[in-house]
Amino acid sequence: MSIFSKLINRRSNWAVPYAIFLAIFVALPLLLIVLYAFQDAEGSFTLQNFVKFIRQPEAVNTFIYSIGIAIITTFLCILLGYPAAYILANANLNRSHTTVVLFILPMWINILVRTLATVALFDFAKLPLGEGALIFGMVYNFLPFMIYPIYNTLQKMDHSLIEAAEDLGARPSVVFTKVVVPLSMPGVMSGIMMVFMPTISTFAIAELLTMNNVKLFGTTIQENINNGMWNYGAALSLIMLIIIGVTSLFSDGDEQSDSESLI
Amino acid sequence: MKRFFAQLYLWLLLAMLYAPIVIIGIFSFTESKVLGNWTGFSTELYTSLFNGGAHHSLLDAIKNTLSIALIAATASTILGSIAAIGIFNMRGRKKQVINLLNDIPMLNPDIITGISLFLLFVSLGISQGYTTVVLAHIAFCTPYVVLNVMPRLQQMNPNIYEAALDLGATPMQALRKVIIPEIRPGMISGFILAFTLSIDDFAVTLFTKGNEGLETLSTYIYADARKGGLTPELRPLSTIIFAVVLLLLIIINIRAKRNAKRNQAM
Amino acid sequence: MAKQSDTIIKIEHLSKSFGEKRVLDDINLDIKRGEFVTLLGPSGCGKTTLLRLLAGFARADEGKISMEGRDISDIPPHKRPLNTVFQRYALFPHLNVFDNIAFGLKLNKVPSKDIESRVRRALKMVSMTDYESRDVNSLSGGQQQRVAIARAIVNRPQVLLLDEPLAALDLKMRKDMQMELKEMHSTLGITFIYVTHDQEEALTLSDTVVVFSEGRIQQIGAPIDIYNEPVNSFVADFIGESNILNGTMIRDREVEFIGHRFECIDEGFGQNTAVDVVIRPEDIYLINNLENAAFTGTIKSCTFKGVHYEMFVETDKGYELMIQDYNAFEVGSTIGMLVKPSDIHVMRKERTCNTFEGTMIAPDKVEMLGAEFECNDTGLKAGDKVRVRVDFRNVSLLDYKEDGALFGEVKFILYKGDHYHLTVLTDNGDNIYVDTNDIWDNSDVVGISIAPRHLRITKRV
Repeated sequence: MSIFSKLINRRSNWAVPYAIFLAIFVALPLLLIVLYAFQDAEGSFTLQNFVKFIRQPEAVNTFIYSIGIAIITTFLCILLGYPAAYILANANLNRSHTTVVLFILPMWINILVRTLATVALFDFAKLPLGEGALIFGMVYNFLPFMIYPIYNTLQKMDHSLIEAAEDLGARPSVVFTKVVVPLSMPGVMSGIMMVFMPTISTFAIAELLTMNNVKLFGTTIQENINNGMWNYGAALSLIMLIIIGVTSLFSDGDEQSDSESLI
Repeated sequence: MKRFFAQLYLWLLLAMLYAPIVIIGIFSFTESKVLGNWTGFSTELYTSLFNGGAHHSLLDAIKNTLSIALIAATASTILGSIAAIGIFNMRGRKKQVINLLNDIPMLNPDIITGISLFLLFVSLGISQGYTTVVLAHIAFCTPYVVLNVMPRLQQMNPNIYEAALDLGATPMQALRKVIIPEIRPGMISGFILAFTLSIDDFAVTLFTKGNEGLETLSTYIYADARKGGLTPELRPLSTIIFAVVLLLLIIINIRAKRNAKRNQAM
Repeated sequence: MAKQSDTIIKIEHLSKSFGEKRVLDDINLDIKRGEFVTLLGPSGCGKTTLLRLLAGFARADEGKISMEGRDISDIPPHKRPLNTVFQRYALFPHLNVFDNIAFGLKLNKVPSKDIESRVRRALKMVSMTDYESRDVNSLSGGQQQRVAIARAIVNRPQVLLLDEPLAALDLKMRKDMQMELKEMHSTLGITFIYVTHDQEEALTLSDTVVVFSEGRIQQIGAPIDIYNEPVNSFVADFIGESNILNGTMIRDREVEFIGHRFECIDEGFGQNTAVDVVIRPEDIYLINNLENAAFTGTIKSCTFKGVHYEMFVETDKGYELMIQDYNAFEVGSTIGMLVKPSDIHVMRKERTCNTFEGTMIAPDKVEMLGAEFECNDTGLKAGDKVRVRVDFRNVSLLDYKEDGALFGEVKFILYKGDHYHLTVLTDNGDNIYVDTNDIWDNSDVVGISIAPRHLRITKRV
């Protein structure tokens, strides 16, 4: 047996090509972000990129404004999405699977096409583009990502728990607040991850929806990279990564299993 | 009564979600350059979309989008399926590390993935263009293929590979005749997912396409919108995309139902 | 069956470890042509690993396997002239019954008209005629197993390996299949190597039973010999029901246990040697006449078991015995008991105390079993290699694993009439043997401690 066929016969070795690929195209690039973030243009170590960010009121304001927009969007998505998910998952209120499919369908359409459609709607309704359009567009774009995970957890929930609560004398409102809501929290958490993360990192949507009037943090990063400020751009990316890392610490990170079950 | 209000709420929300798409769909059948002006029914925009003509570059962008998606989805399906078999047979720490790395592209926001790959190509001195976009797309699509193939492997009776060897199949024959037929549904859904993700992508493409004039649909729309006016042909195009996605989702749902039935029969 | 006597498979000094754990330890076994051999043992004893080494799915660390005089250790599974029936069938779900069975034939480029007739014959053999085009997923467990057997025998292997093939079937189905397998074995005339943890199945089916425990062969023999003459307490306990008791061989043909002396037929143990004594529950005779009895006792419980009654008796010296008899005796009554000399099975003890190897860390501290133990001042210096002996009685088991110097899992429990003899596997893979009156369950995790004065330490040279 040649060495080659011995390598092939050991099936754990089949992951080797992908392991190398991951090292080059996932691990190394992330390392480069960190590396660039702590370097100046000449390549020597510096904290100047971070100092620059803190010293620039404009960048910090954009940062805070972006977080604000992301929080508002996420909040509105929960407000609109939770009842929808609850109705979809409740057999007494909705029996058709088609409505469920209709709600997840927009997730599969190119985000720029969707944004384009929102712009078209505002044009059609003769409404001005701006902050309102931005929030509407964000909610419109990301609402399905909130509904789907909540719907999923509610769907999987053991119905006998609700009956048990009723049996123990709980009023419908108590059943909802003490049983349904706590049990659906994992879904809400991953919904928050799936909405908050893209909203905080988005850039093109804002430009399209506000005629370039409102700037989000993603846009700031993109502009810096485009203008050759790679080190500063990398530092800003790192700050965004940290924000996202902190957010995901609060949620269970169930997002993966949800996107998996889409198909 | 409760049911009525619940349904009303659902349909109002759906109306909000679909209003923009419906409007685009309606106004794709009129010639007017400005959206909102109905100048009579016409399929002129559809004809001019496919004839190219003045909007030659839009047609190019569509071709690029599709060819990149096809190459990236095919490559990531092959790479991801082989990797899934490998990871499935790994144990301990190495497995944890590779699983973690596999999760990163799925958890990372697109902009971070895009910038990190941009920095990679820049530091390695690779000039960016079609190839780098394809590589980048393979990078963020493959994890989803692994994720789709893995459950099929976990459901598979671990002995069937050995049964094939036992009956005289070489490891390669066992792979072809037994393992691949078993994981094929996962590979297909992985391929479809990779294909749609690639078509959908905007941020990663933008950072890795270089400045040699390569455009995909997403970057075309973006550039077009920044220039001010939106090309009217984007309306029929969006309508077509919507129709295709609708069709794909219906097919996937039918497949899923059939698989569920098959599993029940087991 | 003229060639019955020649060896088809020879296993020599075969060993295999998974990490630290040695799952097969120096296995030597000859398997004759046409024989029905059963590898019997509890789960994790190494029997399945041996089967996988035979099939070629795993490679041994040491030793060799030869088939018809040819070393096959380096031959990959697809080139070995033997076929396997897997525990969970392992049918290919994407192929129908016919294609599953034809899989091996097609790979071997058998002409297609031969394939068809051979598949038909194989299906007939397993009573599954007319099932060719059925989807394998639509078959019941028993039918799937039949297809799996057909898929293996259609290739006309010289040796058929069966890995607990009936374990997933219900009791009735299992009994039927046992008979069919036995028939199939005599019709085909090939060697069957059968793995099971079901002792009854092993005794029913086999020409030869190989009893495994902890990676080692405990006994090889015909079913009747294994049952009647178990070589040690493990085999006695595993095969059938038995009373296993501590005893002392006074001299040849005389043994003392449960506080009485008995005549027996065993010789050559030496004088006053500690031994294990095994008596099958059906070999103790209950009589109402106390005068003529060898010893007396009180009936504690009596349960009807279909053919016989099963009774627990407390003897005059306080030991508990299990007895099976066709007659019921009243609970609470005093009865006499007799045992024939030939029904007393005396077995050498594998060990009379725990022996560990260790290293001194201080004159009153020893390191062994991956933990530190206090001991009485030995006068030895740190670094001295020592041998430590601890009596079974002197190992204490504790409810909480944190409370012990180390912890382990209860792997094997033997009731010895008045106490339990436990085998506890530590997380480092060492066995500690414990005598206790406390009741523990299999796979309980326990803390283990030993009082300093109970460590008997001698220097190793």
